[in-house]
Amino acid sequence: MTERGGPKPLKDLENRLRAARAEQDKGKTSSKSKDDGSQPGSGLGLAFRVTADIVAALVVGIVIGVLLDRWLGTTPWLLIVFFIFGGAAGVLNVFRTMEGYGYAAGYRKTEAPPEGDAEEDKRN
Amino acid sequence: MAENGHEQHSPLEQFEIHEIVPIHLGGLDISFTNSSLMMVISVILISVFLVMGIGRGATVPGRWQSAAELSYDFIAGLIRDTVGPGGRPYFPLIFSLFMFVLFGNLLGMIPYSFTFTSHIIVTFALAALVFILVTILGFVKHGMHFFSFFVPPGSPIYMWPLLIPIEIISYLSRPISLSVRLFANMLAGHTLLKVIAGFIALMGVAGVLPLALVVALTGLEILIAFLQAYVFAILTCLYINDALHLH
Repeated sequence: MTERGGPKPLKDLENRLRAARAEQDKGKTSSKSKDDGSQPGSGLGLAFRVTADIVAALVVGIVIGVLLDRWLGTTPWLLIVFFIFGGAAGVLNVFRTMEGYGYAAGYRKTEAPPEGDAEEDKRN
Repeated sequence: MAENGHEQHSPLEQFEIHEIVPIHLGGLDISFTNSSLMMVISVILISVFLVMGIGRGATVPGRWQSAAELSYDFIAGLIRDTVGPGGRPYFPLIFSLFMFVLFGNLLGMIPYSFTFTSHIIVTFALAALVFILVTILGFVKHGMHFFSFFVPPGSPIYMWPLLIPIEIISYLSRPISLSVRLFANMLAGHTLLKVIAGFIALMGVAGVLPLALVVALTGLEILIAFLQAYVFAILTCLYINDALHLH
């Protein structure tokens, strides 16, 4: 608010109030969207995300390997194979997350790539 | 987060589950715990926040109504950007998930309360719900064609035995990474806060330093509370998008 000086009539006050409120709302949304992308803890967030991606795929691979081994009685072998598959899937997950291909299985981008995709990636 | 100084507190004590109303049904322990209590509280708060905010329905929204509309708009915009117009039917699901996770995270920031999102079973249940729904959605929309999802397009047939298991593992790892991400963030953040808060009493006058750090970390934690709820919502959107528009 640039005007200063004594009290103003009520109507003027209402106008100013509305302007201030609009400004506040604007400030709220813009600061929010800035916060989403802004950086405190984004390195940490990235680390968390990459870790989660790798660990999750490895865990799934190992669980599948152990279960198949138990079922088929081929004890160490399928575990070893699926451990490697799991590691590969983990690297694939991280690769996709970083490349901004979305978080999905399948290589292709969607026909209409979502606009914010590259940004979202930074956001964790 | 405040320490009593002389008593010894474990930084992990805050994650303990206490039974409030023990209920045992046929060998199943379905007691009402502090975790359930916080969930009920957050659902009630969400309802109050939205119903009271929207209920008045003024043309020029007040603060409360703006906040309620802002949260609605935020998720609506998110779905519009990531899924497109076909995503409208899934708004209630995504909005509920977002609000539930957000309020769970934020309520956990109140000292002496309990963060239910810091338990992997809670986050995994939410992620498994998303995963199962998205898989069913994929089958409903595309039938058996859904399996083409696991074949990277343009890859030669002799590579399939290698690529398909990797793709399937990558797909199955989704609910795990989704839940681990939220759970690990909450667990690590709250443990860190508590550990550093423990130094305040130990260090005497120099305890001002960890105190300042705790204040800063509390701010960061609130940011992370928002961020993780947002990440949960946006990943749900992306998964739904994948199921709707198979490559």
